[in-house]
Amino acid sequence: MRGLFDIAGPIMVGPSSSHTAGAVRLGAMARIILGEPPVAAHIKLHGSFAQTYRGHGTDKALVGGLLGFAPDDERIREALSLAAGQGLKFTFSTVDLPDVHPNTAVLVLTGASGQTRQVVGASVGGGNIVITRIDGYPVRVTGQYHTLITIHDDKPGVIAVVTRKLADEGVNIAFMQVSRRERGEEALMVIEADEAIPAEAIPTIRAVAAMKAVLAVPALGGSV
Amino acid sequence: MSSIRNFGEWILRAETSGTTLAAVIAEQESRHAQRPVAAVRADMARNWQVMREAIAAGLANGGKSPSGLVGGDARRYFVRIAAGRTLAGDSAAKAIAYALAVSEVNACMGRIVAFPTAGSCGIVPGAVVAAAEARGYSEEAVIDGLLTAAGAGMIIAENASISGAEAGCQAECGAGGAMAAAALVQMDGGTPRQVGMAVALALKNSLGLVCDPVAGLVEVPCVRRNAFHAVQALVAADMALAGVESAIPVDEVVDTMRQIGLSMPASLKETSQGGLAKTPTGLAIQRRLFTEDKG
Repeated sequence: MRGLFDIAGPIMVGPSSSHTAGAVRLGAMARIILGEPPVAAHIKLHGSFAQTYRGHGTDKALVGGLLGFAPDDERIREALSLAAGQGLKFTFSTVDLPDVHPNTAVLVLTGASGQTRQVVGASVGGGNIVITRIDGYPVRVTGQYHTLITIHDDKPGVIAVVTRKLADEGVNIAFMQVSRRERGEEALMVIEADEAIPAEAIPTIRAVAAMKAVLAVPALGGSV
Repeated sequence: MSSIRNFGEWILRAETSGTTLAAVIAEQESRHAQRPVAAVRADMARNWQVMREAIAAGLANGGKSPSGLVGGDARRYFVRIAAGRTLAGDSAAKAIAYALAVSEVNACMGRIVAFPTAGSCGIVPGAVVAAAEARGYSEEAVIDGLLTAAGAGMIIAENASISGAEAGCQAECGAGGAMAAAALVQMDGGTPRQVGMAVALALKNSLGLVCDPVAGLVEVPCVRRNAFHAVQALVAADMALAGVESAIPVDEVVDTMRQIGLSMPASLKETSQGGLAKTPTGLAIQRRLFTEDKG
């Protein structure tokens, strides 16, 4: 059974929970996954997003999310013009992707440090989202849980160090996914936990020799 | 204690414990979310505040939505109320103006509460604020009403749907009207049984309503439909409070809504492949907006 505030809410900027509120969350999640404020964003829209994005303000919503706005922030309406003031350049184009949800966006982001990251996600209804790819790795990140994402060399023991540290901090793992491109190459792990990932745990995890990137993504809070 | 699965269980639990449906649902939410009842009520009070802000914003702003299809009707209608010339009467007229205001704010990318959805966000605030102004309900009574509405929506969502893409507009504006009717009966001191009757009466009048938005936007016919359903909620609540009873029990009406949703063609479930969306004018609007999209 869903919660009462799945029905009585969320508080959001209209007009559409899937095409507006969900799009804000996609942008916000992509910003968190980049790990820093983006300075450039190339956004490709697929399916229903591609067809109706201007009417639903999906473009404003995605950019608003990239600027760090919450789904109920009325600045979303002006997000496209506010982006310049915050040093974010963006482009929109449409794309036809095979076998993805109709409300899918591809966000290629560059941060001030020069790093780039590609995030693919879908707005799956009622403002709920799923991140389906990070830098080409298939994932499933919903933001409903506190999430830890690591990119590391595909070696024995890396997962053990991470999960040991979480156990020591009293963090209970709800869901876990590990994927890699090739044996012995780079791997990506997604851990969804019941408790917030404590900031004190991050340096230990980052210190693992095989570790390349560590991202703690807080739960988005409330369901949109 | 197990979760409430339908209206029958909800009403029975309130009756046997001698309490209200609002108290039962607040207690259940408190248990599930592991938060105090006071916190649950505070969250609902926040929704109530945003609803009233949206009404004020909608009445103040006569602007158009980005597509140009809707906007300005709430103000237009309120002028008629101010002139004392409405045929609908004071409460119904206000419910119409307020529902239009909130729905227009939604279409114009303003802040609303999706209750149960963004497309149906004007109905509950329209009906509840109009009734509260007419009858002077306390804020606590209004929070009880909104809790009851949310509980009704939860049961409808579990046993049928609150998604136009799944079951047509009967599941969005239809559900919103039924939820508003539940709120009104609760606020006016009706019994749990009367709440159930109001939901049944309102839902029955929306069965089969299709979701056929022009150009796929939450504007035509959605905005004005919110106004109609706010009035429908007042009618259903008044009848239930007067002792009018639905011949078909509320849980059977909810199940009927689910079945009708299943048998409804996909073209009438938020795909804009049928209904008003496929009229010559609807298609012309769609072409105009999509051509601009490419430009």
